[in-house]
Amino acid sequence: MKQTVLYISKDSASRSVGSDKIATRIAEEAKARNLDITIVRTGTRGALWLEPIVEVLVGEKRIAFGPVSVADISSLFDAHFLNGGDHSLLLGPTDEIEWLAKQDRFTFSRVGVVDPLSTSDYEQNGGLQGLKRALELSADERVAEVMDSGLRGRGGAGFPSGIKWRTVAQLIAPVKYICCNADEGDSGTFADRILMEGDPFTLIEGMTIAAVTVGATEGVIYIRSEYPEAVASMTSALHLARQAGWLGKKIIGSEYDFDIRIRVGAGSYVCGEETAMLESIEGKRGVVRSKPPLPAMQGLFGKPTVINNVLTFATVPAIFAHGAKSYAEKGVGRSLGTQIFQLGGNVARGGIVELAFGTTLEKLLYEFGGGTRNGKEIRAVQIGGPLGAYFPKELFDVSMDYESLLAAGGMLGHGGIVVFDESVDMAEQAKFAMEFCALESCGKCTPCRLGSTRGAETIEKIVHGIEAEKNKKLLLNLLDVMTDGSLCAMGGLTPLPVRSAMIHFAQDFEPASQGAQR
Amino acid sequence: MVFAQWSKETAQAVLASTIDKPGPVLLSLQAIQENFGFVPEAAIPLIALACNVSRAEVHGVFTYYHDFRSTPPPENMIRVCVAEACQAVGSRELVDQVEKKFGTKIGEHNLNVEIHSEYCLGNCALGPAARVNGELVGFSTVEKIGQLLKSGTES
Repeated sequence: MKQTVLYISKDSASRSVGSDKIATRIAEEAKARNLDITIVRTGTRGALWLEPIVEVLVGEKRIAFGPVSVADISSLFDAHFLNGGDHSLLLGPTDEIEWLAKQDRFTFSRVGVVDPLSTSDYEQNGGLQGLKRALELSADERVAEVMDSGLRGRGGAGFPSGIKWRTVAQLIAPVKYICCNADEGDSGTFADRILMEGDPFTLIEGMTIAAVTVGATEGVIYIRSEYPEAVASMTSALHLARQAGWLGKKIIGSEYDFDIRIRVGAGSYVCGEETAMLESIEGKRGVVRSKPPLPAMQGLFGKPTVINNVLTFATVPAIFAHGAKSYAEKGVGRSLGTQIFQLGGNVARGGIVELAFGTTLEKLLYEFGGGTRNGKEIRAVQIGGPLGAYFPKELFDVSMDYESLLAAGGMLGHGGIVVFDESVDMAEQAKFAMEFCALESCGKCTPCRLGSTRGAETIEKIVHGIEAEKNKKLLLNLLDVMTDGSLCAMGGLTPLPVRSAMIHFAQDFEPASQGAQR
Repeated sequence: MVFAQWSKETAQAVLASTIDKPGPVLLSLQAIQENFGFVPEAAIPLIALACNVSRAEVHGVFTYYHDFRSTPPPENMIRVCVAEACQAVGSRELVDQVEKKFGTKIGEHNLNVEIHSEYCLGNCALGPAARVNGELVGFSTVEKIGQLLKSGTES
């Protein structure tokens, strides 16, 4: 009898809705029915709204069923799902599920498809092609490849990666570092986590290409402690990569030495800021440094350092494998390539949506997101995490790229999109932005440290009608001071959600309207 | 999770594995907490000595990061995400219910349950998210959370 192969995600999001239990129960049921199956635990495809998904390999195609609950399992067997049999949970071939088929998977091409910790799966699905090609190029050609791709920092700042890499490559130093920022603290973002759990070798390969490009020998991945599953996945992947000769001395038989270690955060949002992250890796309080000197010149332990986000590094292998042009031909204006959007909050179909830059917010919210989860109208959308602006319905036609979002008074950030329905109280959200800043400020800059608390108090006064007009003016003034007087984005961008809420949802700041929207 | 009983000797053995690494203070605090479940006050001077920095510096790092605790961990730890994506699907209400059900407040504890607010657990499409005794929960409800607590803790 032939063995049937099933694929079930072991991503922590999938597990949070029961994928472990589903895998166990399916194995038990198959045994009881005397059916020969093997279950491969993959990452998630990113269609989190359909999780737990069970995929069955039928012929050459994977047929998906979902979302599966324990109660569905015996009926799935009764319907011969192992042969792709019809069932109310049948979604069809996974690659043809519209939500996935309409995406442009470049960085996330392997996530959800491969066994994350199988080196052979990785190589069979295009892994290492980028690194191998990079090793054939000269140092200048490698930098040119990144420049030509148009890749920009996906952590939020959007700085051209090629320029950063070139800066570090040109410096002469005994030690250079490659630092991966995996301190994905923004609410509404989870792409770094899903990539680290679903395709960790891609991140390792991307960092390795960076290392050979700039001449670095040591790498560090700084992962937040809130992501223990990602820490475990990366730890195992690093171990396997060393065993396979992909890390260590003379990587994949080349002349280069490179190894990576993991540092785990300890609960501090601001450590996602690159200089605070460096301080934290050095074992200190995560207090922001002033720039200059730029980390590229004097970064970790004062040495030249390339710092990039997980998604930036993870995009590099595919750029080298397929050529810079294949990436640069996607996107619009100066926002080239693809962006990994993350749909979260009150959204019907949330998850990972990778698309070329230049799609509209509307398309993401309705075509992909399917509106709110509870069927109410969408009232506000926060783009780019807790420091990103709130967008009202009138702006949903905004083009999703760095420049257009900036022009609309917002920012792309790390690509998180959080949906709120009509019950949201925007004054409350503005106050929360200030409270969060007060909680997480490193304390170095006074406008951020004190302004955040004063801001929350002032919003409270406004909504209670205490000298509302005077306090609104005071608040706007405070926002200017915070924007101009803070070293990093914590104090500098907290005004963004507050100001956008005040501009687009002014009625929520009127004492009379308190409760009207609730 | 079972933690070691505090002793100076055990602590020194733990620190032996961290002090040679670059930037050892944070690593040392993490190693101590991993072993003992918390960072006892007596650990601070030990770390200072081992890393050759002042006690004030160790104290500064210890108090900066949210993860560190100075008291033994509770039997049950409930972490509820209260950041924007979960607020949009009712985490504020969930916190109220959890506080009521388990008889303690955010940041506080009763005999065996401690509740913490988290600012993003990275499960933003399946919120409200929570982490109960280490296990990530999607579409969290007070019932789901209760089922993951170790027995005898229902109030």
